Parts: sequence; C-alpha cells; structure tokens
Amino acid sequence: MTDKTMTPEDVVARLHSGMTLGIGGWGSRRKPMALVRALLRSDITDLTVISYGGPDVGLLAAAGRIRKLVAAFATLDSIPLEPHFRAARQRGAFELMEIDEAMFMWGLHAAANRLPFLPVRAGLGSDVMRVNPGLRTITSPYEDGETLVAVPALRMDAALVHLNRADRLGNGQYLGPDPYFDDLFCEAADRAYLSCERLVDDFAAAAPQTLLVNRHTVTGVVEAPYGAHFTSCVPDYGRDEPFQKLYATTPWPEFAERFLRGDEKSYQSAVETWHEEQT
Amino acid sequence: MSRTITTTTRAEYCVIACADAWRDNGEVLASPMGLIPSIGARLAKHTFAPDLLLTDGEATLVGLDGTPEGWLPYRRHLTMVTGGRRHVMMGASQLDRFGNQNISCIGDWQQPARQLLGVRGAPVNTLNNPVSYWVPKHSRRVFVEKVDMISGVGYDSAAAAGPSATRYHRIPRVVSDLAVLDFETLDRAMRLASVHPGVTAEEVEAATGFPLARPDELPYTREPTATELRLIRTVLDPDGLRDREVPPA
Repeated sequence: MTDKTMTPEDVVARLHSGMTLGIGGWGSRRKPMALVRALLRSDITDLTVISYGGPDVGLLAAAGRIRKLVAAFATLDSIPLEPHFRAARQRGAFELMEIDEAMFMWGLHAAANRLPFLPVRAGLGSDVMRVNPGLRTITSPYEDGETLVAVPALRMDAALVHLNRADRLGNGQYLGPDPYFDDLFCEAADRAYLSCERLVDDFAAAAPQTLLVNRHTVTGVVEAPYGAHFTSCVPDYGRDEPFQKLYATTPWPEFAERFLRGDEKSYQSAVETWHEEQT
Repeated sequence: MSRTITTTTRAEYCVIACADAWRDNGEVLASPMGLIPSIGARLAKHTFAPDLLLTDGEATLVGLDGTPEGWLPYRRHLTMVTGGRRHVMMGASQLDRFGNQNISCIGDWQQPARQLLGVRGAPVNTLNNPVSYWVPKHSRRVFVEKVDMISGVGYDSAAAAGPSATRYHRIPRVVSDLAVLDFETLDRAMRLASVHPGVTAEEVEAATGFPLARPDELPYTREPTATELRLIRTVLDPDGLRDREVPPA
C-alpha cells in the first residue's frame, strides 16, 4: 500500500498559482494552518479560495494571494471580525462570491457527488442573489412546482484539511465534537492533503465513526504537530487566544516578519519565544 | 401589587421579552445569539417551555444542567434549520421596516466602507425557521430605512421572491433595549408591540429610522413573575452580566 506521507513543502510543490483551493475547518477552528503557512512561503498566488473562513482567509488575503474568495463569512470566533479579511475587502482586494452557510454546504455536496448543482431553499429574497448574478434558480419538476436556488458545485483542484490523527495511507480521524465539513472538502477536490497532529500506525482501537476521512480521497498526509495553531484543535489543544489577539492587532508586515519568514519549526519556536516574553 | 414591579431592571425586561419569543414553540431548538437572549432561552426552558432544546454553543445538545442529550455538529445544525424545528434569535447590524436584516457589510457591497461578518446563515435561516432579532442598543444606526445588504430576508423581500421564499418565512419579534416590535400589520411593516416600563413610544420612535406602526393602546412589556425574577438573579445570571449588555435605565 502507498505511503502518502510528505512534508508541507511537498504539498505546496504540488499546488500552483491560479488554482481553486478548498480549506477545511470552520472560523478559527481546526484550520490546516501549517499547510497555509507553507503556502505563504511559496510564490503561489491568484488563488480561488473556498472556505468557512477564519485566519486562513485572513493570512492569504493579507499576503495578497487571493484572486477570488467563496465564503459565507470570515471570523476568528472569539474575535468576531477577521481584521485582515476586512481590510482586504475594504480596499477591494479580491473578488467575492458571498453565499449562505447552507448554500456552501450543498455546493460541497454537489461537488462530492459530481453533480452540477443542488437545489436549496436559501438565497431567495436575499442580496446573495443580487451580488451573485450568476446564481440560477430551478423549478421543481414535481407537483409542488417550487422555485429554488440551484447552488453550483464547489469543485476544487485541491483541498487542505487538518485532523487529529492520520495513518500513512491517508485515513484521518477527528477527536473533537465537530467534523466540520472536512470529509466533504476531500471528496469535493481532485486532490486532498491531510495534515494531522500525530501519525498513527493503525486505528485498531478507534471508534469507527471518528474515522472521518477515507484514504481514497487523500493524496498526501503531513504530520504537523500544532499544525492548526493558533486555531483550535480540540481535544489536543484549544485556540491560542493571546496569540490570536496578537495576530489580530499587529500590523501585517510586522507579524509576517517575525513569524512567517522561516519554516514551520521556526514559526513554532517564534511562538514559544513570544509566549515566554509575555510571562 | 408585587414589590418586584419597582425593582425589575431594564435588562430583566429584555430577558422576559426574549424568553417569551419561545413561548408555545414546543420541541424546537432555541438558538439564542447574545447574552440576554441566552438567559431568556434558558429562562423559558426552566419555566413555561420545558421541551425546548438547547446547545452548549458547540456540537452538543444539553439539558439545563449541561448534561449532554444529543449531537448537533454544524452539518446537522443546518439540517435542523431547513427542517424548521428551530427558532433562532439573531443579532442585526441593520434592520429595516419589513424585517430585512444585515450582518454582511456597511456601504457598497463591491467595496464596503465597513466589512462585517458576511451573510453567514441568515439567508437560509429566514426562509426555513422562525427568526427573531435582538438589538441591545436601539438606534437609528440599526433601525434603518433600507439595509445595505439583505442577509436575513424581510417580509417584503420574501413576498417578492415568491411562494418558495414565503412558505416557511416568519419573523415573530424583534426585542431591543427599549421595546418589543413585531410585524402584526396588514402590510407586514414593523409595529411597536410593547415598550419596556420606563420607556415612552416617542423615545422608541426617535431612535428608529422609519415610521413605526403603533396600536391604539400600547402595552408595557410584561412583568416577570417572582419565580422568573429569582431564576434570573440567582440561577441564570448571578453575576449580573445582563446589566453590562443593557445598563440600568
């Protein structure tokens, strides 16, 4: 069987400018931040990003890597408004496809099922229709004759997700309370890259319903301890609130200079040093 | 005459007005956003609406003591929204006369003056399950003639979008720090349903950016019962956090 383990750099080497990239997690929760940081160290740009947005969106927006964003929101959860996403929007830095959370979910389902769209009762009557003139409605072929929104499939070239555990074959396990939509992201993408807190040899002792991501949907596996930092990855760790606050209040060039210049290891040690300075 | 009448605070009237939003809702999920709606939902479950479902704010359905009774991750939460067994009380950065709500951005959507959260789940919520609103500071900044980006769908927008939009659309009430408002008018325009004791209709009108319908006799928001007041003060919010969201008048 294929050993799919690779480094964050290996993952980024398989990505390229102009591609459509899905990013798992939700808000400031279980984001594949080590992979996003590796992406920031590359020259890759002009991305279409599909995300239940958190600091992944903020970081990529601040670094000018996004051409188009598909999202229902961007938030840091404990800090409601994502400052870099806000700043980028307020200077008109990228195109936005602003859709509803449920429309987003059905767009993922459509992509995962190789359907062009799925009908939803959402969007009608809201300005989501006004700001997305490309959205179409569809009339039910059954007796009800209802008119619903046909959410287009959110198919992606590649997806990045982060889970608690994975094996070398690409099976992934979540240990927190919420799977978010990470399995759907993997199924909706041509290639998916799964980072994890810890690689394991097998899942012999696992409750099967925690095995969220199946290997046939995964191209590469990266062991990245604290790879979701500073977002939460419960039960391994919660959100690093002081550091998130620093991220939200530090001018971007200063933050990038101190934390994002080197590799993942130097990021982690810079974070550690910063925490030591605070005590 | 009960002594509580003179001692009930503005925040406590707000809690009561929020709690009453879930009265007679049956076995549905109460999804409160904000502190005072959260106290209100728990008060309702403690008293007149014991069948309500509550979450821990994450993926677990919990009883009043926090004991888990179910699993509700985002994907199932969204199914509960479209299945209709839910009544959410959302916030609003802007809210207009027909109940259109905006949490997305202020100014031109193409390049907003102020980017806010994004539409989040407001479009799907408003078309599928009852949505009430909570506004902790009633002002002309929030209650506007026309919202900049319709996130939550109001009555006029739903009607214009047709039967699939109106089928399950309902906005039971809007609670602010000054009053309770509803849409019980012929044209579904916002109406002043009650003012909290200590507030006049004129104050509410002055803080609202559009004309409000008004019943001939305007009632006051109801008083809490002695039990309700005790629950709010000793069980649900013993530290008085509610007074920070809505300071005493």
